[in-house]
Amino acid sequence: MALTGIQIYKHLPKTNCKECGFPTCLAFAMKLSQKQVELEKCPYVSDDAKALLVEESAPPIRKVVIGTGEKLLEVGEETVLFRHEKTFVHPPGITLLVEDTLGTDELQKRVKQAQAASFERVGQQLCLGLIMVQNISKDKDKFVQTIDVTQQNTDLPLVLASSDAAIMEAALEKTAGLKPLIYAATEDNYEAMAALAKKHACPLAVCHSGGLDKLTELADKVVGQGVNDLVLDPGIHSLGTTVAYLTQIRRAALKKSAKGLGFPVMVFAGPQGVDAQQEVLRAGVYIMKYAAVIVLRSAENWQLLPLFTLKQNIYTDPQQPLQVEENVYKIGEPDENSPILITTNFSLTYFIVAGEIENSKMPAWLVIADVEGMSVLTAWAADKFNADKIAKVVNTCGIKEQARNRNLILPGAVAVLYGEVAELLPEWKVMVGPREASNLPKFMKEQSV
Amino acid sequence: MPFAIPKETYNGKINSVTVGKDANTVSLGGISTYPFLGFEGQSQASIPIALEVWNSAPLDWPLALNELYGDVYADPVKWALTCQDKYKADMIALRLASTHPDQGDTSPEDAAQVVKQVLEAIEVPLIILGANHIEKDAEVLKACAEAASGYNCLIGKAQEKNYKTIAAAAMAYGHYVLALSNLDINLAKQLNILLTQMGVKEERIVMDTMSSSLGYGLEYSYSVMERVRMAALKQNDTMVQMPIISDVGIEAWKAKESKVDEAAWGDTHARGILWEATTAVGLLMSGSDALIMRHPEALKQVRKTVADLTSVEG
Ligand code: SF4
Repeated sequence: MALTGIQIYKHLPKTNCKECGFPTCLAFAMKLSQKQVELEKCPYVSDDAKALLVEESAPPIRKVVIGTGEKLLEVGEETVLFRHEKTFVHPPGITLLVEDTLGTDELQKRVKQAQAASFERVGQQLCLGLIMVQNISKDKDKFVQTIDVTQQNTDLPLVLASSDAAIMEAALEKTAGLKPLIYAATEDNYEAMAALAKKHACPLAVCHSGGLDKLTELADKVVGQGVNDLVLDPGIHSLGTTVAYLTQIRRAALKKSAKGLGFPVMVFAGPQGVDAQQEVLRAGVYIMKYAAVIVLRSAENWQLLPLFTLKQNIYTDPQQPLQVEENVYKIGEPDENSPILITTNFSLTYFIVAGEIENSKMPAWLVIADVEGMSVLTAWAADKFNADKIAKVVNTCGIKEQARNRNLILPGAVAVLYGEVAELLPEWKVMVGPREASNLPKFMKEQSV
Repeated sequence: MPFAIPKETYNGKINSVTVGKDANTVSLGGISTYPFLGFEGQSQASIPIALEVWNSAPLDWPLALNELYGDVYADPVKWALTCQDKYKADMIALRLASTHPDQGDTSPEDAAQVVKQVLEAIEVPLIILGANHIEKDAEVLKACAEAASGYNCLIGKAQEKNYKTIAAAAMAYGHYVLALSNLDINLAKQLNILLTQMGVKEERIVMDTMSSSLGYGLEYSYSVMERVRMAALKQNDTMVQMPIISDVGIEAWKAKESKVDEAAWGDTHARGILWEATTAVGLLMSGSDALIMRHPEALKQVRKTVADLTSVEG
């Protein structure tokens, strides 16, 4: 956890020698706590104090970066077990696995499809996070060539999977500077893999399926080799066991009770024998239960859309609800005489109102006012969704150009605004809709006759 | 130093509620851990899943469901039997949709008649659901509670504004109350308090803290249920220790992603099933103890996931 300036100050020499560029040790400590300067600037801090400060100020779960450039994936840095306590920070990287035994055509097809799988939802672009290339063939050239073809077809960061350090070495030369995730250090090869991770400055996965005892032991050993950017893989188990492991790792990491577990975790959602539907449901469970990298064997769009949506839902900031952009939205295919409704830009409000309009089977225009993502009543109470705001949005959103009728339906919850809105929008016939969105279909039907 | 498994200590337990008659009962709840954490206490052994049946042909169900049930839409008894025998539902949830003033406004007597017929035909427990109309539900459920006397059904949903009539009828005829609150732990608790003050036993209440579909508010339902479970299990708040049932199908199949043909979204049929199943799994992972679903394939998939979640090695 972050230390306060005072906590840091206790470990500094307290001589106020100014060599760090600050007038006092305390001033330096304050800047340190705000992460605006490096501890190295003080030449006199003891090694013990240094180690202590580094250890104490380290986040409970280390941030690990996979890849470079625009699509790099950041994982880790999570601080809670429940999303209502504080937002989950980095959405997991949903990863497609391709094997080096696929023919070139099939490989190209899958990678291209993975690269293209992208959906826009509530203003966010949702896509895959990583592609994992697995060395099944045990053949160096084949692996390198597969990586080559993969890279030609995607700019997603890679996970390189081989248990053979010599083959991994060749692969890393091929991907020099791109910081792929190396998969994986095991009991048998960790020294060689750690050396490669160090040499190429890549994050390294650590895999042990023999339980968390063994996994943390191995992670400690790898850290001892000087590699700090780790991703933990507890191995392939039943879903229940994997959820138990993921929960235990997260808990231990947050309590800092096991040093070797303070890293992001990766899991495989589709081991052999798991069908395409189950693979998604498992991956969904892993999204909710703390996984940072989730590997899929199949990634068809019908699988990815629910999965990405779940990821977006779970990683939404509960304090900062998803917001819809201020605009006029078409529900169905409205024409210039279709009814015009207005509501707020809290995504749930939007979805519920839009859904009920759809249920009415009557196309309509839905005007959305930006009130910082509040629901109608909350925004009204906060004086954000008031008559001025409503008049302004109606005048500027473009509805006047798109529709010829001038009938505006206000949410029933703000019926009190009726008079003021009517005054501010003299050319409009303002109507008060139902209090509950569920009564909209009935209301709209009545209005149309 | 061996790794010490960090276990949560729980101070409370979720009530176990058993609905149904004679040998044909189903139990909800009864657990003492957060969802599926069997390593630290009594977690779910299985999840009872109801399939939804209407008393009238639904007009807004998508193709994927019409294909399955279209032939039996006209006959709720046949429909219920199909769900029980062919699709192996653990329970039937009979929604009296046509009683809604906007959807036919059929009479309480009519609804009670259907309830009776269905009960006589099926063996699995019955959940009796109104049409989500405050006043009408109270009338309809009162009549249905009487018609279902002796069958130990779960009836609802009782809401803040109509719980009195529904709870009184449930008590009079030996049923369980399904209490609906709107995405707020305090409202959920408040309604349970009101029900118990009327004399409904705590162990005869099941909650719906409001289910939402994947993509349409799931995260709200999710966090409310997590908080409810925290209060129930950590703080030992007896007024939220009721099992939770989630009304999944009605929400999931409203989402356009579950039914609209859109090339970029992939196969509509498979996507729709998965939309319902993913919604269900999301609600289960945050605290739901039982589900009401629509598509039998989605039910099957959720059962598989639950079986896998409850299988823990070593
Ligand atoms: S260099 Fe170190 S000892 Fe000198 S003032 Fe700065 S913090 Fe204090």
